[in-house]
Amino acid sequence: MTARVGVVTFPGSLDDRDAARAVRIAGAEPVALWHDDPDLKGVDAVVLPGGFSYGDYLRCGAIARFSPIMGELVPAARSGNLPVLGICNGFQILCESHLLPGALTRNKSLRFINRDVTLRVESTATAWTNRYTDGEEIRIVLKSGEGCYVADTATLDELERTGRVVARYAEPAPNGSRREIAGVTNEHGNVVGLMPHPEHAVEDLTGPSTDGLGFFTSLLAHLADGVPAAAGATG
Amino acid sequence: MARVVVDVMLKPEILDPQGQAIAGACGRLGFTGVSEVRQGKRFEVEVDGEVDDAKLADVRRMAETLLANPVIEDFSLRVE
Repeated sequence: MTARVGVVTFPGSLDDRDAARAVRIAGAEPVALWHDDPDLKGVDAVVLPGGFSYGDYLRCGAIARFSPIMGELVPAARSGNLPVLGICNGFQILCESHLLPGALTRNKSLRFINRDVTLRVESTATAWTNRYTDGEEIRIVLKSGEGCYVADTATLDELERTGRVVARYAEPAPNGSRREIAGVTNEHGNVVGLMPHPEHAVEDLTGPSTDGLGFFTSLLAHLADGVPAAAGATG
Repeated sequence: MARVVVDVMLKPEILDPQGQAIAGACGRLGFTGVSEVRQGKRFEVEVDGEVDDAKLADVRRMAETLLANPVIEDFSLRVE
């Protein structure tokens, strides 16, 4: 059975179509989800895409966190059952929702950064990275103005001790992220937040590589392993 | 009508590049003696009637839930 992966569109989402395209290229069926509709449509996993939800008003992701769809998504994700990948603004929403520790703040340079970066995959024990190898370097695009990952020292130590740093910039973090962190996961490994954009690196024609596809094929491998997916099956 | 003012500031240990840029501009503009600037947000919350303890507690909950992200920010509130 083809896996069904929801992609949430918030007002101001930009990368929902690319995320849906990446899902399709990986071999799954993308399902459009709407921020104002608290129906997860029984999907097996969810992608929160990049963009500027609610115009980044107040703080990036701060308003999106309280949208009706998040009311359904947060408990399913927190329980460890529903795989969720937050990319860029999606990562910010996951931090604001307290599904992931830390927060994302203004780039150290105060400039919007839009360029390819090399990441080192540091945890393959997640629903979204199991098809990579530990330490594998991937090249994907970073495009964000508020991508500086911060958390207190105790939280950073805990993330490193428990293998929850998913990826680091292989160079000094261009945005000033603490300990060069580009992505983190929750204690179950089902929720992953990543600042750069794997969904823009799935086709030779338009991406710097096809290295990003692994996030989506990893999900399919994870779902095929028979891990229960328990999105609110209201549909 | 009464007003509750909520001030939100980045925690001291969180880098504030905007504040640093402002401090840099102060020097270039000849405002001497400025050693540091930190930038925050001020919210003016208008509430109906008098502000009693219950209303203040409501605004406090609003501040810690929505107006501030307690992971990176501190807030203070006062009645004006």
